[in-house]
Amino acid sequence: MSDLALDRAAAVPSVAQERVETPFRRFVAEFAESKLALLGLGVFVVIALTAIFAPWLAPQNPYDLGQLDIMDGRMEPGTVGGAGFTFWLGTDDQGRDMLSGIMYGLRISLSVGAGSALIACFIGASLGLLAAYAGGRTDSLIMRLVDLQLSFPAILAALMILAFLGKGILNVVIALVLVEWAYYARTVRGTALVERRREYIEAAHCLALPTRRILFRHLLPNCMPPLIVVATMQVARAIALEATLSFLGLGVPITEPSLGLLIANGYEYMLSGKYWISFYPGIALLITIVSINLVGDQLRDVLNPRLRK
Amino acid sequence: MSSATLDRPQPQAAPDAAPPMVELRGVSRRFEKKLDFAGKLARRLGAPVREEVVHAVDGVDLAIRRGEVVGLVGESGCGKSTLGRMVAGILPPTAGTILRDGRDVATLPPAEAREIKLRTQMIFQDPYASLNPRMRVADIVGEAPLVHGIVARSEFDAYVDEQLRRAGLDPAFKRRYPHQFSGGQRQRIGIARALAVKPDFLVCDEAVAALDVSIQAQILNLFMALRRELDLTYLFISHDLGVVEHLSDRVVIMYLGRVLEEAPAEEVFRRPNHPYTQSLLASVPRIEARKRAFSVVQGEIPSPLNPPSGCHFHPRCPHAMERCKAERPRLREIAPGHRSACHLNDAAAGTA
Ligand SMILES: Nc1ncnc2c1ncn2[C@@H]1O[C@H](COP(=O)(O)OP(=O)(O)OP(=O)(O)O)[C@@H](O)[C@H]1O
Ligand code: SF4
Ligand SMILES: [Mg+2]
Repeated sequence: MSDLALDRAAAVPSVAQERVETPFRRFVAEFAESKLALLGLGVFVVIALTAIFAPWLAPQNPYDLGQLDIMDGRMEPGTVGGAGFTFWLGTDDQGRDMLSGIMYGLRISLSVGAGSALIACFIGASLGLLAAYAGGRTDSLIMRLVDLQLSFPAILAALMILAFLGKGILNVVIALVLVEWAYYARTVRGTALVERRREYIEAAHCLALPTRRILFRHLLPNCMPPLIVVATMQVARAIALEATLSFLGLGVPITEPSLGLLIANGYEYMLSGKYWISFYPGIALLITIVSINLVGDQLRDVLNPRLRK
Repeated sequence: MSSATLDRPQPQAAPDAAPPMVELRGVSRRFEKKLDFAGKLARRLGAPVREEVVHAVDGVDLAIRRGEVVGLVGESGCGKSTLGRMVAGILPPTAGTILRDGRDVATLPPAEAREIKLRTQMIFQDPYASLNPRMRVADIVGEAPLVHGIVARSEFDAYVDEQLRRAGLDPAFKRRYPHQFSGGQRQRIGIARALAVKPDFLVCDEAVAALDVSIQAQILNLFMALRRELDLTYLFISHDLGVVEHLSDRVVIMYLGRVLEEAPAEEVFRRPNHPYTQSLLASVPRIEARKRAFSVVQGEIPSPLNPPSGCHFHPRCPHAMERCKAERPRLREIAPGHRSACHLNDAAAGTA
């Protein structure tokens, strides 16, 4: 009998006080291996902070027509305007400071992009999880919808939805959610199909845990890595898509311009040498999208176990 | 080493009136691989494709009494895991009934079905895949008891500590994640998780097969200690006859979804009746067996998609007769507590 007690004790490891290595800490360390991704992340954080604190940082409120002076219109970058501050990036035809316009435009672009990506992620991930878990007809139905959605060019689908719903920030978000949920659904379903066959899910069944709990506490957390990658990339895609829609005049209203609309507004002056009205918003858009994609690329490398060395 | 026999207390002789703890009656499980669209089209055009059906388990009768350790043995793919999952209630049979304490588990009201389900727990083969990698040990072990109200939140910590300690783990490590443990320790976490919902029956599916030999012995000893402590009943699935011999009171031999022989452990090893069991035993490298000719079971395992007619074993059986190809032998009692499914027993009975 006494040897049994010994046997049990034998399994107890000896070192008790070491730093607990959580999956998150390991993830952070691996992410930081790419300097480019860190740069992307740093740039994105600066951009996001600028967008969030735009009302306090911007020299001017570009949406307040009372602050705009038509006399300041189309000034070159670096000119000092009537209100006494320098237009570092010039002004547009209404005398709007481009730097302030970009800061506020980023606010709209980022919140529309991130908001739609988040909602689409929630809807898509839930449907993908359900498809994988339920199987059979539910699975077929959801996946046919996904196929249908993905077989359609996103920009075309979004244009059609907006033509039907009309302009407006909320409608843009709805259109973006409708064209994007399918990516999340497909990604989550693929991972969940593999994960749900694993023994820890069987163990959860054996422990008679409620289905909702198995889905969201056991299955979903193990489908997160590819979902995070897709979500990051989709935020960038949503921002680009929103810019395109606004550029085409179907997106956000003219009173609250996003980056896409700013570019569109300056477009007609491109040929007359007033390049800055379109150029700087374009650069801001480009930097935003590239920085998000840099982060996304590294996330994919770190989170995809098949690419692991 | 006498511990092998010491570790195996005799099962309490249950009064015959009490129903077995678990009873399977004609339990079968088929897996169908449905044709996809292309397959259906191909069949329309006359291609020889058909829906594939695997009879993973085919009409199994089995009774397990309270306090028993039943060893289930068979080659890879013969349906052991499928049978174990059905017994554990995580895979419904496609035919037949499973009785728990004499009651059909398929017809129980939900609350009772849940309670019955909790009383049977499973220990899995892969100590890596069987623990959720994103949960801490404390949550892995304590989640189900909390959800089912077995333990109050205020007693959660003490309860988890107790479960871990009983499985031979230091509760100091309960904030860790599974990847920080060795295979043997993970298996102990799995055992603690199962015991935390107070089962009286454990289905161990190759529970030590993935571990080092030295660790195997520790885990097997733990199983037997827990058996004494908690009055557990076991269905011990393994392809390793040696492991089963040391643990089991009774051994069940499976082949291609069917039970071929079933007898008290000593009987099986001393007087194997079925030709398949005999060749299996001949291939076990045991000390006595080394003196004998080492004859592995001859021939390939037939595909479960296309099992042989009659006796499934006939293509590999040295004693096969015409009758074996046509007629499925029934599992018959050939000695008290010893059942075997082979036509040779009829011939022996006929000539005697
Ligand atoms: N979910 C499933 N879908 C289709 N076929 C399955 C499924 N599970 C098992 N099978 C098939 O059923 C048969 C029995 O499988 P099972 O896993 O029960 O065998 P096993 O005896 O446990 O084998 P092993 O020793 O390799 O674990 C196999 O032919 C297998 O391919
Ligand atoms: S029934 Fe026939 S083929 Fe099957 S084991 Fe017995 S003798 Fe061999
Ligand atoms: Mg198996």
